[in-house]
Amino acid sequence: MKFSTVLSPHLQPVNSVDRVMLKVLLALIPGIAAMAWFFGIGIWINIAIATVTAALAEAFILKLRGRPVIATLKDLSAMVTAVLLAISLPVIAPWWITVVGSLFAIVIAKHLYGGLGYNPFNPAMAGYVLLLVSFPLPMTAWPPPVEIATVHLSMADVARLIFLEQRPDAISFDALTRATPLDSLKTQLGLNQTVSAIRDGEVFGLFSGKGWEWVALAYLVGGLWLLWQKVIAWQIPAGLLLGLGLLASLGFSIDSEHYASPLFHLSAGATLLGAFFIATDPVTAAATACGRIIYGLLIGALIYLIRIWGGYPDAVAFSVLLANLCAPALDYVTRPRVFGHRA
Amino acid sequence: MLKSWSFHGGLRLPGHKHLSAQAPIIDAGVPSQLIYPLQLRPGVHLHATVNLSDRVVRGQIIADAEHALATPIHAASSGTVHAIENRLIPHPSGLADECIIIATDGLDEALPAAHPVDFRHEQPGVIRHLIRQAGIVGLGGAAFPTAIKLNPGPKRQVDTLLLNGAECEPYITCDNSLMQAEPNAVIEGALILMHALQVERGIIAIEEPMTEAFARLSEALEQHRNLRLSIVRIPALYPTGGEKQLIKVVTGKETPSGGIPADVGIICQNVGTAAAVYQAVSRGLPLTERIITVTGQGVNKQQNMRVRIGTPISELIGQAGGYSHDVKRLIMGGPMMGFALPEDDIPVVKATNCILAASDNEIVGAKEARPCIRCGDCAKACPVNLLPQQLYWHSRADNLDKCKEFSLFDCIECGCCEVVCPSHIPLVQYYRAAKSKILVKAKESEKSAIAKRRHDAHLDRKAREQAEKAERARQKKAALAKVKAANAAQERTE
Repeated sequence: MKFSTVLSPHLQPVNSVDRVMLKVLLALIPGIAAMAWFFGIGIWINIAIATVTAALAEAFILKLRGRPVIATLKDLSAMVTAVLLAISLPVIAPWWITVVGSLFAIVIAKHLYGGLGYNPFNPAMAGYVLLLVSFPLPMTAWPPPVEIATVHLSMADVARLIFLEQRPDAISFDALTRATPLDSLKTQLGLNQTVSAIRDGEVFGLFSGKGWEWVALAYLVGGLWLLWQKVIAWQIPAGLLLGLGLLASLGFSIDSEHYASPLFHLSAGATLLGAFFIATDPVTAAATACGRIIYGLLIGALIYLIRIWGGYPDAVAFSVLLANLCAPALDYVTRPRVFGHRA
Repeated sequence: MLKSWSFHGGLRLPGHKHLSAQAPIIDAGVPSQLIYPLQLRPGVHLHATVNLSDRVVRGQIIADAEHALATPIHAASSGTVHAIENRLIPHPSGLADECIIIATDGLDEALPAAHPVDFRHEQPGVIRHLIRQAGIVGLGGAAFPTAIKLNPGPKRQVDTLLLNGAECEPYITCDNSLMQAEPNAVIEGALILMHALQVERGIIAIEEPMTEAFARLSEALEQHRNLRLSIVRIPALYPTGGEKQLIKVVTGKETPSGGIPADVGIICQNVGTAAAVYQAVSRGLPLTERIITVTGQGVNKQQNMRVRIGTPISELIGQAGGYSHDVKRLIMGGPMMGFALPEDDIPVVKATNCILAASDNEIVGAKEARPCIRCGDCAKACPVNLLPQQLYWHSRADNLDKCKEFSLFDCIECGCCEVVCPSHIPLVQYYRAAKSKILVKAKESEKSAIAKRRHDAHLDRKAREQAEKAERARQKKAALAKVKAANAAQERTE
């Protein structure tokens, strides 16, 4: 009897890129649900716009590049990029913001560098930063969380805001939006207020901001599930939270009236989303175990430095992109000792 | 109890051991033909010591060579030499090579067993000679001559014999069943090996799930009351059965890169080898049979068989109830490091521990590789602590110097990285290709270095010759001048 000869190993692979990406998407669900609860239905519209744009853009580019379209789309990597971008955007951002960001992420940041696996920068964060520096106003227009909202928007109102950029009658732009906790902290510290006085403001909650803190915890839950599923490396979130936590503790212990507590920094803004979902993008992160710890520490430290001394209230996107730059060098200098070799 | 150490990485793979582990060992009997490839390993070729149509009996040497790494082959049953010709040999590239084919006569006559030797009263050199003459090689798969391994030389201080009973590849249970069926042979073999090495410490390492083997070995060891030999149970983790990995797990010692276990004072032998040594030394029987696992969903009956070396695989499949309808691939060895055979008319050799007839759902089909997403799962799984991902980039780009820098040659090709790769990249193939390219290049540069040396020597010689010529001319001239001067002087005096 004749058989085909194939080289070892013969065992079936135990994992696939599709499954990894699907698990990341599943792990985002608690956070997205919390966002929808506190900030409204707009998040789902953003996700829909981003996903469709990303899928069409990826299909188009794949066609141009002569690569398999359906098989590649099925790896869900474009969808992960789209969702990560969409959930970073203000939930009432006009539709073209989401479209421009998704296009930039997929076409420029991902495919111009060779597509999945070859992009040096996190595509979602590249898209986000492009939007933030180009369109600062709509990019910082967040509605207040449901607990302190004075106006309640219907689904139709939200859709009109996003697609037609029309506010409901008699509602001013200022009534519609509210400074985020990080924003409010930064502005008022600039006005020589103390942290404790600022934190009496209505946007602040138990740990950081009303609404925001629960969204962050929901992302933490999803992130812990990813860790348990061994989809992400623990070194990156651990390093990031440690880096940010240490610097925040240092500042807090020096002057707690000028520097917010570590707990605030860890639960504010995009810290937890960034730690578990964005910094952990394997393609753009360091790949060695030791390199990943340093990579995480670096992002955490940068987040703190930019939040305190930078021009922007939050800094996850900038920090991740800056750390992306260092990833290849980190990998090079942190090569592990090979079995049987001397240290 | 010894402390248990660990190495980086490794995989907990589904064992599939139950398929063959429970059934008793059956005797595969005498096949109608026995086939013996004469090439033992690349560069080691035996010469037939029998001629066409000669009658041979079991235990008779039919091939041997002077080469240091050669061990003789003994006929596994009686019959006549039917042919000495090229046949497919069990080799990853499906090569044909010279084989002796014996048509058996069913009488199964054998040479009388050699006089049993009490090893305690023999010099290590005598034991090594007996082991070599019995044709014993490592039965774990590498088939390295055991007698050579038992002679590490005066520069290496060996103090421990480590018997490898960690059958870490899925499906394979031949060592497990051997330890259950012949615990005494394993223990006796271990004592002989310890004597041959003159070491005071012997360790038999078996995997934790092998409870029955542990019980039987412990009983046998009890009877010997030998305190220098012990049994340790180690976690079932692939590839713990790799020599260097096993040494790390059992002793915490790391064999240096490019070195051998004897460099850290250890000699490692397979438990099957120990049993064969016992048969050879204490019972006078050369190596003509071994236990082989015939398994996989591609055969109807999975079991361990006592097989005459040289038996065509097709005979074993017949013994295993034939192929099932969904057989897809025939593998010699396990699913991680075994190699696929093009057909079943190939004999089992001394190194064959398993025949895996795999069905579709047991093996990977055509892999569609996706781009590497740098997830690092490969690095986490690598038992050698390499960076398989970096090696992949560099081997793919033919960046051979970088491959060497990233320690490509420390890769043991265990396949862990490839099995965990979510992008389904055939990593090990890239490493194999890069390794052979580096070797070819090294050979070429060696050749060109020789040519350059030769050319330089030629230029040197030419220059030397010229210089000598010039020197001779100069001397001649000088001599001539002297004569002339002398003549002139003479003329003057006259």
